[in-house]
Amino acid sequence: MNSDAPPISPAILRGYAPQPGIADELFDAQGRMRPVWSAFIAQLAALTPDEVEIRFARGEQYLRDAGVYFRFYSGGPAQDREWPLSHVPVLIPEQEWAAICDGLTQRAELLEMVMADLYGPGQLVRDGHLPAELVAGNPQWLRPLVGVQPRSGHWLHHLAFEIGRSPDGSFLVLGDRAQAPSGSGFALENRMATMRIFSEPFPRAHVHRLAGFFRAFREAMEGLAGDRGKAILTPGPNNDTYYEHTYIARYLGMTLLEGEDLIVRDGQVMVRTVSGVEPLGLLWRRIDSEFADPLELNEGSQIGTPGLIEALRQGNLSLINALGSGVIEARAFMAFLPRICERLTGEALRLPNIATWWCGQPAERAHVAAHADRMMIGEALDPALPFAIGANTALGGQFLGGADGLQGGLGDWIERNGNRLVGQEAVTLSTTPAWSEGRLVPRPMTIRVFAARTASGWTFMPGGYARIGKSGDTTALAMQAGGSVADVWVMSQQPVQPDTLVVKGGFERAAPGILPTRAAENLYWLGRYSDRTEGVIRVLRAWHLRLAETDDREDARLTALADFLARQDIDVDQPIPEALLGMIASARFSAAKVRDRFSPDGWAALNDLAKTADRLAQRVRPGDDAAHAMSVLLRKISGFSGLVHENMYHFAGWRFLLLGRAQERADGTLMMLSEFTAPEAPPGMLEIAIEVGDSVLTHQRRYRFGPSRGTVLDLLALDARNPRAVLYQIAQMRHHVGRLPHAGTDGRASPLEQLLLTLDTDLRVADPDALPPERLCDMHDRLARAYDLIQSTLLR
Amino acid sequence: MRYDILLTIDYSYQAASDHVRNILRLVPQDGPSQRVTAALLTIDPPPDERRDGRDFFGNATSSIAWHEPVQQITFCLTASAERFAAPVDDLSPPLTDLPGLVTAACDPGPASPQHYLAPSPRIAPVPAITEFTRKALPAGASARAAIEAVGQALHKTMTYDPEATDVATPPAEAFAARRGVCQDYTQIMVAGLRAVGIPAGYVSGFLRTYPPPGQPRLEGVDAMHAWVMAWAGPVQGWVEYDPTNAQWAGEDYITVAMGRDYADAAPVKGAIRTAGGQDSTQAVDVIPLD
Repeated sequence: MNSDAPPISPAILRGYAPQPGIADELFDAQGRMRPVWSAFIAQLAALTPDEVEIRFARGEQYLRDAGVYFRFYSGGPAQDREWPLSHVPVLIPEQEWAAICDGLTQRAELLEMVMADLYGPGQLVRDGHLPAELVAGNPQWLRPLVGVQPRSGHWLHHLAFEIGRSPDGSFLVLGDRAQAPSGSGFALENRMATMRIFSEPFPRAHVHRLAGFFRAFREAMEGLAGDRGKAILTPGPNNDTYYEHTYIARYLGMTLLEGEDLIVRDGQVMVRTVSGVEPLGLLWRRIDSEFADPLELNEGSQIGTPGLIEALRQGNLSLINALGSGVIEARAFMAFLPRICERLTGEALRLPNIATWWCGQPAERAHVAAHADRMMIGEALDPALPFAIGANTALGGQFLGGADGLQGGLGDWIERNGNRLVGQEAVTLSTTPAWSEGRLVPRPMTIRVFAARTASGWTFMPGGYARIGKSGDTTALAMQAGGSVADVWVMSQQPVQPDTLVVKGGFERAAPGILPTRAAENLYWLGRYSDRTEGVIRVLRAWHLRLAETDDREDARLTALADFLARQDIDVDQPIPEALLGMIASARFSAAKVRDRFSPDGWAALNDLAKTADRLAQRVRPGDDAAHAMSVLLRKISGFSGLVHENMYHFAGWRFLLLGRAQERADGTLMMLSEFTAPEAPPGMLEIAIEVGDSVLTHQRRYRFGPSRGTVLDLLALDARNPRAVLYQIAQMRHHVGRLPHAGTDGRASPLEQLLLTLDTDLRVADPDALPPERLCDMHDRLARAYDLIQSTLLR
Repeated sequence: MRYDILLTIDYSYQAASDHVRNILRLVPQDGPSQRVTAALLTIDPPPDERRDGRDFFGNATSSIAWHEPVQQITFCLTASAERFAAPVDDLSPPLTDLPGLVTAACDPGPASPQHYLAPSPRIAPVPAITEFTRKALPAGASARAAIEAVGQALHKTMTYDPEATDVATPPAEAFAARRGVCQDYTQIMVAGLRAVGIPAGYVSGFLRTYPPPGQPRLEGVDAMHAWVMAWAGPVQGWVEYDPTNAQWAGEDYITVAMGRDYADAAPVKGAIRTAGGQDSTQAVDVIPLD
C-alpha cells in the first residue's frame, strides 16, 4: 500500500462518482483513492466480471449452507429471506479505527455511570441534567430494579454503537444499543462469507481478525460465572435474531436456554436438565428485559422466568446486561449525554453523537419547529435509530407514514406533543463501494461497532457489521428495509497473525455440556416426528404402487390402506397429503428449537426434505408419479437419519432423539401389524406389511415359503435382529433409557423400565402363530403409556 | 377511626401445581393518612421460601415460593390500624397550572408525580375516556375540584356490576360497557385524569361497610377494594378518591398498596405451572373499634 501510487481508474470504477458535499470511503475530497483501498481495488479490477460473480456466488453458497437467513416481517407472518450480503467489505485503516474505539470507550464508561445513577441515587434527574419524565415515563426504566446492585459490579458488559461518517469526514454516534445488542454473530458470518469471496491474493493478511474479541468476551463471561454455569438466554425461535443466538452459542460453546428452562430456588437461578437442576452464575440475555420475569415485569410474558429478579436482588446471578439497560437507548438521551459527559467526567464527548433536541423544553421545541426541514422528528423514548422512519415520524418537515398527527400543521403537532418528541439532525451518511451490474457504485453506509467489558476494561471487535443503503440517496431513506449488510475490514499496516478461538498449546476438555429438559423433549419429538413421517411415506408409496398396478381405487388392498391412513388423518386423495406436510413441519419445528445442538448439515437435510415435499405437492399425480415422489422423499429423510446416525455425538440428547424414533417405529409397526395381519384383512396385505417394513429381501432369505401371518409376525414383531421389528425397537428403547440419568432409583427399575421390560419379555416369549391382533393392540396401548413415564421419569 | 382487620384468601388448584411462586402485597403500612399498629401475615402451607421487603413504591411485599407441588394455599392477614379523616381544605392550584408543577417536580423518588402521567402496564390512553373526562371538568377548577368532578361524573355514568368484568378487563372495555367493579372504576378514572394532565394511580385496600339500619354487622362480607390516588400540586400532595362510592377515601378506608395500576398494587401476583384450573375465595372483616 503505497500512498504515492498513481490514481488508478479501472473499468469497475467507471462512473463511480461520490456526490459533492458527501464523504466517500473510497475516495477523499480531492478525488484521490484512499491508500487503504488501493491493493484491494487493484485485485478486484484484475478479475473479469464473470470471475467476480463466481466468487460472490461462493460467499452466498457459504451462507446458504450455514443456514444464515434474514427474517423479514411485512405485516403478515414472518418470512425467511436469503441473507442480503453486500459482497464488498468496508475498509477502515487501523489508526482511524483506534480513534473510534477510544471515543466509544469513553461513551461506554459514560453509559455505565448513567445506568448506575438511574438505578441508584437518581442524582442526574434530581440535579436537572436529565428530565424526570424521560426516566419516569420511559417504559424501559424498570422500577423493580431500582436499588438492585448488579452482582458483577457493572450494569453494562456488552454494547453496540451505530456510527456513521458525516460530510466533514468525522464519525458520529447515531444510536446506542444496550438492551441486548444483536449483530456480533452476524458480523462473524459476514466475515466467513467475505473471506471465501476474497481469497488470496486479496490483502486479507492485513485484515484484523475477529476471534480475539470473542475469546476475550468468553473469558470475561467465564470470570463472571465463577464455578457455576453460564448460558445464553434466548426468547426462542420466533425471535428475528434467533439464528444468531444459536450460532453464537455454538461458536462460544455455551448452552442456549429459554426462560422455561430456568427455575429459581432460594434465590438461585437453576437450569432444569435431564440430570437434575444445575446452578447458573451468568446469563447473557438476548431476551428484552421486560419479558424476563412475568412476576415483576410484563405479566403477559410467556418466555420469562418467575423469580429472576428475586435472584438478582439476592445477588446470585450476573447478567449481560443488567435488566433495565434499555432505558439508555431512548433517542432523547442523546440530547443530554454531551452535557452529562462533561458533568460526570469533566471532558467533552470524544466522539460526538447526532445532534438531538428534546421538544419537552421550550427553547429546544422552538428550535426544532423552526428547522423542521433539516430534521427527523420522532418519538422521544423510541430506541429506533435516526433512519428508522416510523408512521409518526416527520423527516424534512414531511410525514412519511400516516399523517394523522398533522392536523394543524407540523408546528402545532410539535407544540401539542412536545415532551413526547425529539428532533434529530437529518443524517447525511458517507458512501462506500457496493457491486452493481459489473461495477462499483457508491452507497450510503453505517457501521455497528461491538464492545465487551473485560477484566482490563472495554475491548472492541476490530471489524463490525455495516449496513449498506439500497440506493445512492445518502439521507436516512436509503437505510430503510431493503438494504444489505457488509463486512468491515480494519486494515493493519503489517500482516496480522492468524487467530481462531482455539486455545494454543495443547487442549483442555470442556466439562460435558448440560442437556436442558426442554431440549431433550424437543429431540425426543424430533425423533418421533421424523420416523412417523418415514412410516407414512412408506404406506403411501405402497398405496400408489397398487394404484398404478390396478388402476382401481376400489381394490380391497387400496381401500384397506386408505382406511389405515385415514385413521392417521392422511387423505390418500391428496398425492402429497397436507397431513404429511404437517408432520414434516412438526419435525422441523422441534428441530428449530434445538438448532444449537445440531449440525448445520442435519438442519439443511430437514429443510431440503420440507422444500422438496412442498415442491412435489404442487405437481405430483396419483399412481406411479406419486410412488416415485415418495421414493424421493424417503431418500431425503434417510439422509437426515443417516446424518444423525453417523455424525451426531452420542451424548444424552442423541439418546433422546433415538428413544423417540424407536418408540415411534415400534408404535407404527404394532399398529400396522394389528390391521394387516388380521384374519379379515384382504389378501395381499401381508406382502404390503413386508414391503412397508422394508424387509422383502430378508423375508425371502429367512423363510422357505411365501408370507404367512406367522412369518410376517416373526420377522416384523419378534425378531431381535431386524431393525424394523417391534422387539428390536423395544430393546433399543431399553438400551437408551438405561443410559440416561434418572432412569432407575435405588437399584430398582423405574416404572418406565418396568414397562419396557414386560413388553420386551412378552415379545421374546410370544409364539408367532398365537399373536392375534388383540394382543398387538394391547401392546400398542401399553407402549403408548411410555411417553407419560418418560415425562415423569426422564423429563421431570 | 381504629379497626381490626381480618383477611383470608384461599387458592385451590385442580391439579397439584409445581413451582408456585407469588408476590404478595397484603400488609398495610404507616402513611400520611393511616397508622398501622399491628400486622401479621400467615401462609399455609408454610412456603419453602419467604422474603419480606418493600417495592419501589414502598409497599410491603412478601416474595414466597413452594418447592413441592401444592394443591391448596391460604393467606391470612390480621391487622390493627387507625385511619385519619381526609383533609377537607382545597390547597390545590388551578388545574391549568398543574403541568408546570409536575415538570418542576424533578425528584425521581417513589412519591414523585412523574411516575403517574405516562401510560402504565394496564392503563393506556383511551380516547373515549379522555373525551368523557374533558367534558366532566368544570371551567377554571382547581386540581382537587377537578378530581372530585371527574369521580362524580364517572360514578353517575357507570353501573356497578360484578358480572360484567373480571380482573383482566381493560379500562376501555369496561368503559364502553359502562359497567364494572371498583377495579374498573378506578382504572377508568386514572386513565381519564392522566389524559387531562393529573398524575393518578391505583390504590388497593379495605373499605368498612355499614350493615343495613337495625341489623348486626355480618362477618366476612367485606371485600378488598380499590380507589384512585391523584396528585393535586406540591402543597396538597396526593389525595385519594373512591369513584365507586363517589367520595373521598377518608376514615372508612385502609390503604394496603399503591402504584400506577393494578399490576403494581395487586394483592397476590403469582406464577404456577399447573395443568388444571384454579379457584380462589376471599373473606374480609373490617371491624370498627371506636
